[in-house]
Amino acid sequence: MLTIPRALVDQVIAHARADHPDEACGVIAGPAGSDRAERFIAMTNAERSPTFYRFDSMEQLRVWREMDEREEEPVVIYHSHTATEAYPSRTDISYATEPSAHYLLVSTREPDEAEVRSFLIVDGQVTEEEIQFSGGAAE
Amino acid sequence: MAIDVRIPTILRTFTGGAKSVEGSGDTLDELIADLDTRHAGLRGRLVDDSGLRRFVNVYLNDEDVRFLGGLDAKVKDGDTVTVLPAVAGGMR
Repeated sequence: MLTIPRALVDQVIAHARADHPDEACGVIAGPAGSDRAERFIAMTNAERSPTFYRFDSMEQLRVWREMDEREEEPVVIYHSHTATEAYPSRTDISYATEPSAHYLLVSTREPDEAEVRSFLIVDGQVTEEEIQFSGGAAE
Repeated sequence: MAIDVRIPTILRTFTGGAKSVEGSGDTLDELIADLDTRHAGLRGRLVDDSGLRRFVNVYLNDEDVRFLGGLDAKVKDGDTVTVLPAVAGGMR
């Protein structure tokens, strides 16, 4: 189960809408080992594509080092699908390399409604999980 | 001679859980070969027939080695090499 402040999910949806029709992507960091999503970090999609995303390599280094210094880890890795459902694709599964992260998917294929779903992806296995919104404030 | 190599979570199965390991070599290629002698299989996750694997980011100090000649990048004592798997995906 992913427990996450509603305000953070709203930020993810806003980012996805802003970048539509390109895929949006980012990280929500939290204290290492806590499983608490606290700090929203929008990332640049270096591919700038409606069908593919990739974190810019230098931005990823900077963010990963910053998380390390703050004793955080990537609790949520999010990205959007702009024409398909909010479900991990074959490439999403191949490139899921943070085994303890929650993979949050947003679909912006409908203009009025954002589908948001969360998954664990470990060793190529996808498990959908429930999202529980908490009232915590976004940092 | 020691070069510090930072290992991402997903590759720590090759290093017995260690977040960083030390190695030596004059180039990144030599360094990776050296690491593989103590951490068998690690090289295969970083390198393929065309060089450094496309969806693995390797940095020498603060630079992406793609801009430093890839596997031919020169490394020296005191350098830090960081490995981060690319975060990527898409609709297919």
